Amino acid sequence: MLNIILIAFCILTVGSALWVLWTKNVLHAAFALLLTFLGVAALYVMAGADFLGITQILVYVGGILVLLIFGIMLTNQAGNKEGGKNMILTENLNRFWGILIAGGFFGLLFYTFTQAGFQEVEQQHFGEISNHSSTIQITGIQLMTDYVLPFEIVGVLLMIALVGASFLASKNE
Amino acid sequence: MYIALLICISLVLANVVIGVYSERKIAAFMQDRLGPMEVGKFGFLQIFADLFKLLQKEDIVPALADRKLFLAAPCLIFIAIFAGFAVLPLGPSEYLQGAKVEIGVFYLLAIVSIDIIGILMAGWASNNKYSLYGAMRSVAQIVSYEIPLGLSVVCVVIICQSLDLQEISFQQGIFSPEENYLFGIKALGIDVTQVGGIFTWNVIRMPFFFFLYIVFFIATLAESNRAPFDIPEAESELVGGFHTEYSGMRWGLVFLSEYGMMLLVSFLGAILFWGSWNTPFPNIGFVRLADWTSGNSGTWVGIAWGVFWLFLKAYMGVFLQMWVRWTYPRLRVDQLMYLTWKVLTPISIIFIFLSSIWRLLMI
Repeated sequence: MLNIILIAFCILTVGSALWVLWTKNVLHAAFALLLTFLGVAALYVMAGADFLGITQILVYVGGILVLLIFGIMLTNQAGNKEGGKNMILTENLNRFWGILIAGGFFGLLFYTFTQAGFQEVEQQHFGEISNHSSTIQITGIQLMTDYVLPFEIVGVLLMIALVGASFLASKNE
Repeated sequence: MYIALLICISLVLANVVIGVYSERKIAAFMQDRLGPMEVGKFGFLQIFADLFKLLQKEDIVPALADRKLFLAAPCLIFIAIFAGFAVLPLGPSEYLQGAKVEIGVFYLLAIVSIDIIGILMAGWASNNKYSLYGAMRSVAQIVSYEIPLGLSVVCVVIICQSLDLQEISFQQGIFSPEENYLFGIKALGIDVTQVGGIFTWNVIRMPFFFFLYIVFFIATLAESNRAPFDIPEAESELVGGFHTEYSGMRWGLVFLSEYGMMLLVSFLGAILFWGSWNTPFPNIGFVRLADWTSGNSGTWVGIAWGVFWLFLKAYMGVFLQMWVRWTYPRLRVDQLMYLTWKVLTPISIIFIFLSSIWRLLMI
């Protein structure tokens, strides 16, 4: 049962990713990206990382995708309105190089991941992963102890981005 | 799990019937009118008449609309709202909660935000400037108000030390696994764990939570696009906002989601602040009001009392939303943004600070 659901989510993720690539309508691509994000979130949950899965939905779907769609809608040009339909169409360019680079990256990552042997690394360096029903407590404790420096640096980075954004948005007198 | 699914789906469907009828009657009462009176006694059957009309209506797709997106958008909106019900505990029983997840309230806030994508999709696919304006306004509003909403939920999570809505519910009554002190302050030394009732609710455990609930309530009003935050569907300027072009059952679906959202946020408010499915009456001496109105944990009577109290509180929340709708005028866009960024967000940040201090007093 769980396997079938896993396969279904894999198909959803890959299928919608292919849709993003093939479709010429930019907005359809953006909405197909929604399905990809949801599929990836579901795969995270099935891998036992429920907190990461929900964060994926909150950040990517609730934040980034909305920003993306807003960007597409606001930069729409009148030239795209053929026959009164508001479709924003693009063309596929550099197909050869695109497929080559993407395929090359996939091959490289696939090769390294199959050679890496994650389970052995995990057994040597980390304790047994407990069968706790949620990862949230572990994540929280780790963020505040072992990974507190990256956590704080990310906080400062976001603060800088916020200050910069409000500076850019303010009216220059 | 499946029991909760069936209950939730029938609840959402029944809610629109109850919601529309009570909305019209309450509106009529507040404006000194009678409301629907023709069909059935006191107009009880009016909503069913409307429903049959909607079912019969043609499902029109405008010729220049983006057909696929136009048809998919209302379904996406409904799915996003309905998915939020998955983690709500509808009573003190494991069968009345769809998914027993530890990150319940976090999931709820995340999944409801997919609603925005559905609204944008509907507004764009309609190929109508009023729809697009409505969608843009709606999204700007929902994205902004998610911040005070999220922060006010964080305050409750700080006090309760849990994201699981069922665990938050258990803490606020006589079945609490931990000890509850009056106003949450251990130094006062008044143990109210066995007194129960209103004294163990979150609004009393952390007395400032009443003011936080006001922030939460305003944010949820904006999230569900209700008046006075209904600029996305402002009838007088935008015809109908993002759902201008919808007709028939698809419009019905948009409406179903709107009422579903109202109920969802009312449930969330009741669970987080107003004691969830716990009784409001305390045990005073030998008058065991809390015991009498809660039953025993795990029995049918106990579950029935829990469901009764939770639904009563949730529908009080819905009533409050309707009351506000017919009382306050609609806000302008700039007033809306002023309210969220310069008033509600700073207040909720102050409340996070206060809640953290209070939590230290509780242990």
